[in-house]
Amino acid sequence: MNKRRIAGVALFLIAIGGLLGLSYQTRNRSSAGGSITTVGSTALQPLVEAAGEQFSGDHLGVFINVQGGGSGTGLSQIQEGAVAIGNSDVFAEEQSGIHSHNLVDHRVAVVGIVPIINKKVGLKTLTTAQLQKVFDGTYTNWRELGGKNVPITIVNRAQGSGTRATFEKWALRGHRVKTAQEQDSSGMVRSIVSTTPGAISYVAFSYANKTVQKVAINGVAPTNQNVTSNKWQVWSYEHMYTNGRPKGVAKSFLNYIESPKIQSTLVRQLGYISISQMHVERDVKGRVTVVR
Amino acid sequence: MDKIKEKLQQTSQATRSERRGRFISFLALILILVVVIAIFWFVAAKGLATFFQNHISVWDFLSGRTWDPSVKGANGKPEVGALPMIVGSFLITLLSALVATPFAIGTAVFMNEIAPRNGAKILQPVTELLVGIPSVVYGFIGLSVVVPFVRHVFGGSGFGILSGTFVLFVMILPTVTSMTADTLKSVPRYYREASLALGATRWQTIHKVVLRAATPGILTAIVFGMARAFGEALAVQMVVGNATLLPHNLVSPSSTLTSVLTEGIGNTVMGSLQNNALWSLALVLLIMSLFFNVIIRIIGRKGELR
Amino acid sequence: MNAKTADKIATAVFYAIAGSVILILAFLLGYILISGFPKLTWQFLTTPAKAFTAGGGIGIQLFNSFYLLLLAMLISFPIALGAGIYLNEYAKQNWLTTIIRTAIEILSSLPSVVVGLFGFLLFVVHMKMGFSILSGALALTFFNLPLLTRSIEGSLAAIPNLQREAGLALGLSRWETVTHVILPAAVPSILTGVILSAGRVFGEAAALIYTSGQSAPALNFGDWNPFNISSPLNPMRPAETLAVHIWKINSEGIMPDASAVSAGSSAVLVLAVLLFNFLARWLGRRLYHRLTSATN
Repeated sequence: MNKRRIAGVALFLIAIGGLLGLSYQTRNRSSAGGSITTVGSTALQPLVEAAGEQFSGDHLGVFINVQGGGSGTGLSQIQEGAVAIGNSDVFAEEQSGIHSHNLVDHRVAVVGIVPIINKKVGLKTLTTAQLQKVFDGTYTNWRELGGKNVPITIVNRAQGSGTRATFEKWALRGHRVKTAQEQDSSGMVRSIVSTTPGAISYVAFSYANKTVQKVAINGVAPTNQNVTSNKWQVWSYEHMYTNGRPKGVAKSFLNYIESPKIQSTLVRQLGYISISQMHVERDVKGRVTVVR
Repeated sequence: MDKIKEKLQQTSQATRSERRGRFISFLALILILVVVIAIFWFVAAKGLATFFQNHISVWDFLSGRTWDPSVKGANGKPEVGALPMIVGSFLITLLSALVATPFAIGTAVFMNEIAPRNGAKILQPVTELLVGIPSVVYGFIGLSVVVPFVRHVFGGSGFGILSGTFVLFVMILPTVTSMTADTLKSVPRYYREASLALGATRWQTIHKVVLRAATPGILTAIVFGMARAFGEALAVQMVVGNATLLPHNLVSPSSTLTSVLTEGIGNTVMGSLQNNALWSLALVLLIMSLFFNVIIRIIGRKGELR
Repeated sequence: MNAKTADKIATAVFYAIAGSVILILAFLLGYILISGFPKLTWQFLTTPAKAFTAGGGIGIQLFNSFYLLLLAMLISFPIALGAGIYLNEYAKQNWLTTIIRTAIEILSSLPSVVVGLFGFLLFVVHMKMGFSILSGALALTFFNLPLLTRSIEGSLAAIPNLQREAGLALGLSRWETVTHVILPAAVPSILTGVILSAGRVFGEAAALIYTSGQSAPALNFGDWNPFNISSPLNPMRPAETLAVHIWKINSEGIMPDASAVSAGSSAVLVLAVLLFNFLARWLGRRLYHRLTSATN
């Protein structure tokens, strides 16, 4: 009985081993070594994912693994060389703890960021000064700004989020904000603003749908057109960083994303603004230069 | 003769299998211990870096009221005051335990003393199902049902300690209930028989005899539930509002240790002060869960002596 | 108020409490199932997800969830079984045992996001396993071990000592008593424990976000060779599970039907957990009858 059982187990193990060996022999060799991983910014994730899918469709056997995790994770992973590409909403120079001299920046898209408020507030435009005073807590009711009589509820993105950094730098001009509610994702922020009376927050253009009211700043409307001419200043680049010059699959994938094929289709369909549309360029320090 | 002697002195097959089995199962246990120590080591090393590498004083960390690690405060040190989160975590934990306890005891008594048949048939699966609902799902129900409800009834934005309490109440209810039910089951039958024989009613038996005898067990169940509430992250984060402010009242947005930790970890760079400070929060969580365990042991020992 | 009235009032209160707990669950289940019901079609359950257009399904995520669960259970069950046996059958009541028990309890109350980040640094980065099913399964093992060990220890402790004494009296060694007498008697309740913890593992998201990852590359369901990268069985591929999918589309999803997909996925998740529960009850009862030859 006991011996038979042992024999049975042995046979089973041999069978499993044989099967594994056989499948190892017959594995698909063409795809070996053909995959890279990109990690980071959740705002850039949809674009990289969609582009990665198309890229694999065009290059059989090559896979692009796209992970979120936030810009901080993306930059620290690329700095350690643990992944092929690190995605970030902010310049590596702006992120503390990153020594950027080894990292090579690839700007693949631009996103505009817009303040959004609950639809029932009844306001459509605000000035920079008003925005500053809303976010630092000077105003507490929309009545003071000519809106309905509802208290203001501020919803911030998490500390360190790229969207928040861009909004505070360009819409609030670095004005210090009051500590308030925080949420760590655009989807959550949008659903809170759409359901909470008197709520105000900010999201990328692609997330601002009909459930919330987009706010114009100083009379400038939040349109792609205005971003390309820098009339609407609240925008940021989406960066894909590599550690040193990109090689192999990473290089061809970055070329693919920067190619007109993707820039004029996917990038626009997903609500980003393509780099080639921009009439201006902005550097880390915020200096704007006109292109061509 | 010698052959028999040799055979008798040899360890038998049973002894050998005994040793082997004991060794293997011991190995499994040691493996778990290693895992726990590794996680401890990891969290402690990262969490203590805030104090040793970045030279933040422990007192500033525990009593400071401003959490803004990327900004330098008045004393020239980064602002890493964790007091709002610590207060938030404790308030939410205590309140949810306070709400859950009567429900849990009531349900357990119902299952054991009042209607054992239907109780076991219906309530047992019900509580087990409550355990099985994923915390992500609890979070979304909290966001779409509890938060608007709190906003309409109690005012404010709806995000805050109160909403967190309601969500956690449902999440820890099954744990506390099933543990309380187990303790009630272990109260010997003759206690009840003696009490009933003295002419006591069922209610008198329950609250003067059964609950009294089960008190240490029930306390353990409550503390255990509190430990779970303290460590819950995703669901609380969605409804508590995550404002690093000391709560003025139960409907003002506030934060817990877990909510700030999960929210911030992706946006910081490994090894930077911002990241270390978050790990210090995780260390506080770990120490608190150690503390809850010590309490459970003390209660258990007190209960044994009687 | 005399004792009789007090008794009646108390009974009524207990009924009310039990009723309200049932109502809470009924509300939760009803809410999840009703809002997700319109989405529950065969097509939704089998097609891959779509990133930014409507009409995506959850086929790959559903498969990933089950596969990950299976791997996690394969790794954690033997370890938990061994540890449970040692704790209940061999361990003496001394300071070492106390420390080990406390350690297990603490591991079980640790926030799963900490477990996930630990797994991320250790498996994904340090051991270079990358975002993969294997990393996820190992992280889930960490998350699952304390719960499973406790439940197995409990099942073993519930077997009366008479059985052990009987085994020893027959001249069996302790180990033989455990494997031939105690374990078969405890199988039904161990199984219940395993299936219930499977429910918890199935719904876990925080521990997986940083380990098995948030992307679900297309799979070729005709290719079952585990060494091919598009094979469903490959343990080194990144795999988004159902719970992670719900979390992701609610936080950053830009497909127009995100809320419907999330509601549908939640309903599927809860249905799966329900199924686990019923399976646990049914199997437990059946096995109990079989192994103890109890009538009725």
